[in-house]
Amino acid sequence: MINGKKFWGYRRPNGQVGVRNHVLILPTITCATQAAKQITELVQGTVTFIHQHGCAQVGVDYDQTFRTYVGMGANPNVYGVVVLGLGCETHQARSVAGELAKTGKPVEVVSIQDHSGTLGAIAEGSRIAAKMVQAASAQMKELCDFSELIIGTECGGSDACSGLSANPAVGVVSDMLVDHGGTAILAETTELIGAEHLLAERAVDDRTAKRVYEVIGAMENRAIKMGVDIRTGNPSPGNIKGGLSSLEEKSLGASNKSGSRPLQEVIDYAQIPSKKGLVWMDTPGHDIEQLTGMVAGGAQIVLFTTGRGTPTGSPIAPVIKIATNTGIFERMEDNIDLNAGTIIEGKESIESVGQHIFDEIELVASGKLTKAEILKQHDFGIWRIGPTF
Amino acid sequence: MGTSFKTVMMKPHDKVAVALENIPEGSHVMVTCQGKSFDVEIKEKIEFGHKFAVIPISKGEDILKYGAVIGSATTDISTGEHVHIHNLEGKRGRGDKVD
Repeated sequence: MINGKKFWGYRRPNGQVGVRNHVLILPTITCATQAAKQITELVQGTVTFIHQHGCAQVGVDYDQTFRTYVGMGANPNVYGVVVLGLGCETHQARSVAGELAKTGKPVEVVSIQDHSGTLGAIAEGSRIAAKMVQAASAQMKELCDFSELIIGTECGGSDACSGLSANPAVGVVSDMLVDHGGTAILAETTELIGAEHLLAERAVDDRTAKRVYEVIGAMENRAIKMGVDIRTGNPSPGNIKGGLSSLEEKSLGASNKSGSRPLQEVIDYAQIPSKKGLVWMDTPGHDIEQLTGMVAGGAQIVLFTTGRGTPTGSPIAPVIKIATNTGIFERMEDNIDLNAGTIIEGKESIESVGQHIFDEIELVASGKLTKAEILKQHDFGIWRIGPTF
Repeated sequence: MGTSFKTVMMKPHDKVAVALENIPEGSHVMVTCQGKSFDVEIKEKIEFGHKFAVIPISKGEDILKYGAVIGSATTDISTGEHVHIHNLEGKRGRGDKVD
């Protein structure tokens, strides 16, 4: 293991380290999202997310949504949480808060029905949040090690350059992070269909290799059971315009993000990795659902490569966006942080761009804002795996 | 014979290469990969990021890129032709092919 790379982070009561110090207003039900938004407008230093979930959900679908809410609050980038419920929903604010309390961070519950409606809930939630924000602002940063980082990797709006430039460069970063003792998350199971054999070969044991084929098989069967060609949804029209012809081609390019280190485990959506090194989270290819799963799984930072250009960001984790070609970097520089198009132009090597990205992680982990953070791009979307009743 | 157009071919047994700039119809390009080289006459305009065949491909044959299968040919494809969704189909996640 390589030592030495450090950043300035926020130590949490459970020992984890955040790269941000947000107070999260966590609405457990769609009915509470507007009040949560109002609180963030009143109180500096708070963030929230808008969604349409949290009620009339059952079974594994209930569990996955519950795990995602808890994961968002538990992410070490969050100092404290105000869990905001309506009162009568299936995903009870108190249940989510109970799980979050185990992290030792400040957690409070506000219910719209218990606080005489919207205005009462906004007032109570804002008072609690204001106190949390002031306490958070007094926390001193400390020097932390790269081995304490979980970095999510993602590609969205892919083009034919993705597999040639930015994805292999992220693969270099993934290897560097693993060599520093950290954790890199590979995800988007859909976009690994056709490349699964390459990952299975790198699995640390037979059980993990078997899981690779299981999650791929389950994802592929969803399309087969629907009686559709998966290409009607993935690759997307933009991917196809960019030169990608099939899902397999997209997958072979996407899998480059994983670098070359052994695959330690395959984990469920929004699950926290139990091992360090390279892990695979079972998520769909949908950008925002994947991003949300990785952040709920504890990723403090996400690397996001794009060929067609995207504004994607998270309310609680900085997303570093990397262009696969110089054209899109120049056209969407407001949204994209780094350019790997120099690899296509023959001006830089994959290794050199990987080093730039690694250096950027050090800066962002210590506080440098990403473009998505500056533009308040607070995306959130849960991978629902069951119907609403 | 112009060979100045930038292309990339990932593995020597691939059947396609990628244009790294727009290549006009009728251009000659020299594609190289790990010691192998292919002199290709481009049959139709190939846009940046798109693929063209470096060898003839028969209907039904697997098409390789990155040294792996990215789909199969839905028609005979000659050297220098654009390879994309009009003549390549994916083989995975094909629920439409289930009876």
